[in-house]
Formats: sequence, C-alpha cells, structure tokens
Amino acid sequence: MTRRALGGLAVFAATAVALCFLVLPVVAIFARVSPGRLVAQLSHPVVRDALLLSLETSATAQALVLLVGTPAAYLLATRRFPGRSLVVVLVELPLVLPPAVAGIGLLAAFGRFGLLGGTLDSFGIRLGLTKAAVVMAVAFVASPLYLRQAIAAFEAVDPDLVAAARSLGAGRARTFFRVVLPLARQGLVAGEALAFARGLGEFGATIMFAGSLQGVTQTLPLAIYTAFNIQPNGFTTALAMSALLVVVSGALLVTLRLSLQWQPSKPTSRFLFAPSS
Amino acid sequence: MATLQADFALPLRAFELELGLEVSRTVAVVGPSGAGKTSVLRVIAGLAAPRRGVVTLDGETWLDTGRGISCPPERRRVGLVFQDYALFPHLSVRANVAFGAEGRPVDALLERFRMAHLATARPRELSGGERQRVALARALARGPAVLLLDEPLSALDAHTKTEVRHELAELLRELALPTLLVTHDYEDAAALADEVGVLVDGRLRQLGPPADLVARPQDAFVASFTGANLLRGRARRGPNGLTAIRLEDGAELFSVEEAEGEVGVVVYPWEVAVARAHEPQADSALNVLRGEVGPLVEVANRVRVRVGPVTAEVTAASAARLELERGGVAYATFKATGTRLVPL
Repeated sequence: MTRRALGGLAVFAATAVALCFLVLPVVAIFARVSPGRLVAQLSHPVVRDALLLSLETSATAQALVLLVGTPAAYLLATRRFPGRSLVVVLVELPLVLPPAVAGIGLLAAFGRFGLLGGTLDSFGIRLGLTKAAVVMAVAFVASPLYLRQAIAAFEAVDPDLVAAARSLGAGRARTFFRVVLPLARQGLVAGEALAFARGLGEFGATIMFAGSLQGVTQTLPLAIYTAFNIQPNGFTTALAMSALLVVVSGALLVTLRLSLQWQPSKPTSRFLFAPSS
Repeated sequence: MATLQADFALPLRAFELELGLEVSRTVAVVGPSGAGKTSVLRVIAGLAAPRRGVVTLDGETWLDTGRGISCPPERRRVGLVFQDYALFPHLSVRANVAFGAEGRPVDALLERFRMAHLATARPRELSGGERQRVALARALARGPAVLLLDEPLSALDAHTKTEVRHELAELLRELALPTLLVTHDYEDAAALADEVGVLVDGRLRQLGPPADLVARPQDAFVASFTGANLLRGRARRGPNGLTAIRLEDGAELFSVEEAEGEVGVVVYPWEVAVARAHEPQADSALNVLRGEVGPLVEVANRVRVRVGPVTAEVTAASAARLELERGGVAYATFKATGTRLVPL
C-alpha cells in the first residue's frame, strides 16, 4: 500500500472514530429506552415536575436574556467608547467559567451570606431554593452565548442602512425595529438557540446556587443526576429523562437549522456582482 | 427657490473639513477620494456632528452649534442617495420606496422611475441602474426639500452611466430642488451641476460655474482636475509682451498671461491641434511641441492622443487623416492665448 493510501485510510479512520465516539452515547440512550417507556415516564411526577420546571425556568431566563441582552448587545455593537473591548471581554467571561465556579460566584454575590445577600434579605428576598435562583443560574451561564452572537450580528448591519432609514424620516426606534432587527435576525436566532440549549442543560451552577428541590429547583439535568445517584434502580429513570432531553435539544437544533435556511437576508448595499441595466 | 446654506468645520482623520456652501440650484463638490466629499453630505443630513457649524434651509435651522441646535436626521427634510444606494435588502422595491413616504403616493413614483414592474423584487435582483432609480425614488418619496447625492454615477458601468447621467440631469432640472452632489468625476459634475466646487484636503479650492473653472483655473490642481494638461516650467518676460516659459525638457512655450518664476502651464486637450509635419515659423503666438505619439483612446467621435508631454483631443476624422500611430512623431500645437499659467 502506498504512503498516500495509508494517509487517506488514517484520516478516514479518525473521522469514523470521532463520529462513533460522539454519536454512540446518544444512540445508547435510545437503545435502552423504548418509545413506550419514554412516554410512560412523562407521567412520573418527578419527571413531569422536572420537565415543566426546566421549560418554565428556561423560558423565563431566555425572555430576560432577550429583553436585557438585545439592547445591551446593540449598544456594545454600535457605540465606540473607551473600555469597550474590556466590557465585551467581561460579558464573555462566564462562557469560560467552569459551572462550579459560576455556582460559587452566584452564591458569593447573591447568596444569603454573599455580597448582596444582606441587601436582598432586608427586602425580604431569599433566593436559596427558589425558582428565581434557577432562572439566575441559567441566565448567568447562557446569556454570554446570546450576547456574543448578538453583538456580532448587530455589528454586521451596514451602518449606511441605518443612516438611510434615519434620513428617510425614521426615528431611532423605528429604524431599530424596521431595519436593524430584521437584518440581524439570523444571528440573534442562532445566538438565542445556543443560549437556550446551554441553559436547558445547566447543571453545576444550578445545583450549587439553587439546590435540587423537586418541583421548585430540580430541573431535568438535576433530576437525572438525583435519579441516577440516589434512587434504587434509578438508572432506567435517568435514561428515560436523558432521552427526553435529547429529544427536546434535538428538536431545538433542527428548528434552528430550518429557521436559518429560511429567507436569508444578505446585505445588498454593496455589489456582489457587477450589474448593468 | 429654497436655499440651503451650510458652513461648518468637521475634524476628519487626516485634516479638518471646513467649508461654506450656498445651494439653491445644483451644486457639485468634486475632489479626489479622501477629500471629505461624503462628509459634507453627512453633516448636512445630520449624520455627522461637526465641531462648529450652521446649516439652514431658508428660515429653518437644522444645525447651529453656537445656539446648541442640532436636528436629528429624521427631522431634516433631505433626500439622501448613498453611493452604494443603501437599499434595504430585506424589503421589496415598493417597501423601500414607501419607507419614508408617510402616505405620499408610492405607485406614481414607481411608475415615473419605470420600476412599477419590479415593485415586488428585492434589491439584490436589480441591476445597478435599477437600484439607482429605486434609491432616487425612495429619497423623493420622503418629500425632501433638499436633494443630496453621493457619487450618483460611480457605481454604474460605463455603458449605463452615459444614459443615466442624461436622465439624472433631466430629473434635476425638472425637480428644481436645491441639490448638492459629490463626485470624483469632473465630467459628471460639469454635466449635472450649475456650480462646481473643487474640494481638496477638506477645503474648497475653487467654486464657480464649470465654464469658469476651465477658463480660469485658480491653481494647478484645479486645472489638472478639470482635465487640463499641466506642464511645469520657469516663466520670464518674453517678446511681444508675451511670457516665455522654459519647460524642464528645454522646450519653450509662450503665454499671454503674466507670470514669473516656477509656474504650471495649463492647456486643455481640445485646444491642442496635432500635425505630422511642422514648418518652422517665427510665430511665437503659436506653441509647438514635438513628441512621440503615445496611446490613442477613442471617446465617442473624438480621439484622445498623447503627443510628447501633452494630451490632445482631435476629431476621429482628423486622427484618421493624420494616420497617427503609436511610437511615431507628431507635433502638438496650441495658441499662446489658450495657454494659461497657474502658480504651482
């Protein structure tokens, strides 16, 4: 066999190994849970509580991320001010924090004995073992993914289009909603999908900051861990819940792919090809 | 007719843009790239904030830094057409035009700009000429009191350009709006505008009707920018009240204009005649330069030919009669009265 053929074989083998390694665990989950069992698990109170809580806290966290993150990303994308790159780095910092560190950080800031714990306490707010704490943990680890992508998406909007909208009589708000938002939409959707997926799977920060109380702070990932770790014969339940999470996440990924293929909005302000009439 | 007045100073990266303009008909600001042309439009449209300045339209004050007045862009009634048109890529042609229309009729405008059949098309499906018409229609739909055009013809190919230039000139005359356009092409400026200002490094070197700029270019840059040949030489008092100019290569020219020392000799291509042979005569009123024939370029029914240091523009017929060939020898002749002198 020639050297070249050997090299080709090695590359092929590497690809096969990588693919197997990545796909096998997912396949294994479904190999051991029949669809019937999967549906049956939904009626289990622990599973149902965890699924509902996961969806509720994720939705709340993502709503907050979109509501606060979108204007913040737009500001960071369009304004130049001293220290801007530092701010962008700080915004991205939670991305590289280990989840356990994120959990400790949240405790140190908002926990009962944390930096703001006393202040919150004086308002009668205790975050420990509440849904609000889950939402905060999810938002903390997931929002940088959205912010990063949103900043890039807003930066990619041709400033001339914004200027054109303004000089055509549109104020800042109308310009944002009619021009900037539609043009940045793709990037925003992609960023939000990533943030949602990351938030749905959040484990470390949540268990440390919010605890794992069924029906209150026990999200699906926490329920999987609890079932596996504590319940007798919990592995099967854990498998079923894992399969559930794979289905939800997979559906998310497919939706994302589809929504990005749908109606691409490429900038046409600059010519991509030489036109003539 | 309304009058737009603008007088401002805007610091740019390499220099400060500082100028005063009064626009009641069509004014073109021409200059090389990087002269600050687009910034002039941006200041008037409210898209750039100058260090100091006043922009008014008749009684309406859009900007007065002294009094702390600065209208946002959406409140200045300008129709701004961007160099690359800046059409909204996610909106149809009709929605683009309707964007600033606020109830003004859009379909009539589409009809007028021959875009009705493309009303539902997206900008990326349009040709350059079509995009330009959409950009113009969109700017006019806004009901502007002033029209600002940034390089209106530069994004078009040569074939489309001539036609669009003619159409645009027609449209501007019809609209009778104060119009300020900026371009790097002097010919476009001269064809479209009643007054042309030459902008270099943020300052207006000369402002006047195109005919004036050609007849009396204020300096070497204005001369060469308006299409003249520019030769360098040393002037001294010559015979018959003429000024004699010794060029760097030793040739001597004469001009009726007075000058002394280092000067730029300005001759327009259409004032230069070309001959294959030349009988030496002691007529200092006629300048003669002998030189090698350079590239010949046909422009419509005329031919531009390089003879030694100057470019001449002759009719295609006479070029054919002369059998000019690249590399051959020819004589370029021009009158001392058509030979202007400018400071270098």
